[in-house]
Amino acid sequence: MSERRDEHDFLPTASWERLRLRAELLARTRSFFAERGFLEVETPLLSADTVVDRHLDPLAVVLPDDPRRPDAGRKLWLQTSPEFGMKRLLAAGARAIYQITRAFRAGEAGALHNPEFTIVEWYRCGDSMTGGMQLVSEMAEALLATGPAEQVSYAEAFRLHAGIDPHAATSAELAELARRWGIEVSPGAAALDRDGWLNVLLSHLVEPHLGQSSPTILFDYPASQAALARVEGDPPVARRFELYLRGVELANGYHELVDPRQMRERNRTANRGRALDGKPELPEESRLVAAMEHGLADSCGAALGFDRLVMLAAGASSLAEVMAFPIDRA
Amino acid sequence: MASYNTSDFKKGLKVQIDGDPYLMVECNFVKPGKGNALYKCKLRNLLRGTIVDRTYKGGDSLEAADVTDIDAQFLYRQADTFVFMDNANYEQYELSMEQVDDAWKYLKEGMICSMVLFNNRPISVSPPNHVVLKIDYCEPSVKGNTASNLTKPVKLETGAEVICPAFVEIGDMIKIDTRTGEYLERARG
Repeated sequence: MSERRDEHDFLPTASWERLRLRAELLARTRSFFAERGFLEVETPLLSADTVVDRHLDPLAVVLPDDPRRPDAGRKLWLQTSPEFGMKRLLAAGARAIYQITRAFRAGEAGALHNPEFTIVEWYRCGDSMTGGMQLVSEMAEALLATGPAEQVSYAEAFRLHAGIDPHAATSAELAELARRWGIEVSPGAAALDRDGWLNVLLSHLVEPHLGQSSPTILFDYPASQAALARVEGDPPVARRFELYLRGVELANGYHELVDPRQMRERNRTANRGRALDGKPELPEESRLVAAMEHGLADSCGAALGFDRLVMLAAGASSLAEVMAFPIDRA
Repeated sequence: MASYNTSDFKKGLKVQIDGDPYLMVECNFVKPGKGNALYKCKLRNLLRGTIVDRTYKGGDSLEAADVTDIDAQFLYRQADTFVFMDNANYEQYELSMEQVDDAWKYLKEGMICSMVLFNNRPISVSPPNHVVLKIDYCEPSVKGNTASNLTKPVKLETGAEVICPAFVEIGDMIKIDTRTGEYLERARG
């Protein structure tokens, strides 16, 4: 099917008023971190390493040896977040750092996603998850003029809004619950695994309630969704948190995993999942693993979707309303 | 049969589920918990008009609906039946008020519309994005009133009502955006 090209699609999709708001929020984000003694850093967008996650698909870029053969050469990855580079700076002695940069994620496009987006990411040594949650709450207060965030555990939110214990329920029980709530899924989605069903319930039953009067921080995620957060407690939970405002997920943070052995295990598990999904495996060894071997200080880190922040500040409902040129016009 | 992968999912896609054609009226890409991609879709059954909410996971696919778009000329209206003709083969099609939906407001004899056929049966019709129609009736405008933000309802030759600036008069030809139902400008007679 051919689409007629719109002769006005050179124009930005955001109004000047919103582009000015964007610039103002960028400046205020920088002052927020400067006031707290964070150092602004920059790390490469193109790297030999990339986060190994079953559900994060990085874009590969070839660095040609010969400009006449642009497809042949060393493959590098456009970063899905500046996580690896920033943690290497922590291993090299940084104490509190932040970065505002671009991140790239293949296949993510929609009202709340753009394959290229602006990410604000920060790390502070000595913070546990509590300290990290406090900081992200202060950030919402400073940049979005909200009240302090309420804190609800993942388990409590599921008990409250879905009526189930997310750490104990089997995938069959989760699927049955979805059916009872009238959530209709495709035949393909009916074969989702336990985490898949938790995510269906999260998006249909839980998220719409989060951050409605004040921001909500959801914390202590299922151990199977730890990503690079440490796992502790009984039942074991991931020391991971997400900030929500008006049902929109705005930031995601971890009390960071520092153990290289566990990091390697998680990379292997993620790659096994990718193979099941028919996706290429990603490099399990990286300079971050090397940094962890050397010793990574205890820290809490988080990342925030800056385009979503501007969207919420503007009272808009899609990223296109606050970006000059979203992917369709890029 | 062509099919669409979740990465092609978007508003306006025509797909086929269990033999019925559906129009995707909404599609929201979500990745809750940084997990697997989900597509929360709203689909309208093009035969029955019913809406279903269905969640797809990344990698799912849907068959493309066996529909064809044709240019059809509006011939005439008889009570609640609207008669169109395919200009390519002179085939005539009758649509009910329900199938024509809001399009009735803008249909003028001779107008070329785009029509959707499913298994050779018409299921919907859309008028051109911009149409020019005559004002059949409206209250007279007040002399000397030049305020541009004043509006009034007017009745068009098709019988539909639209909101116009207060300066328009009976007999004026006006241009309307049929997607929004908004007045655009006064057209030259």
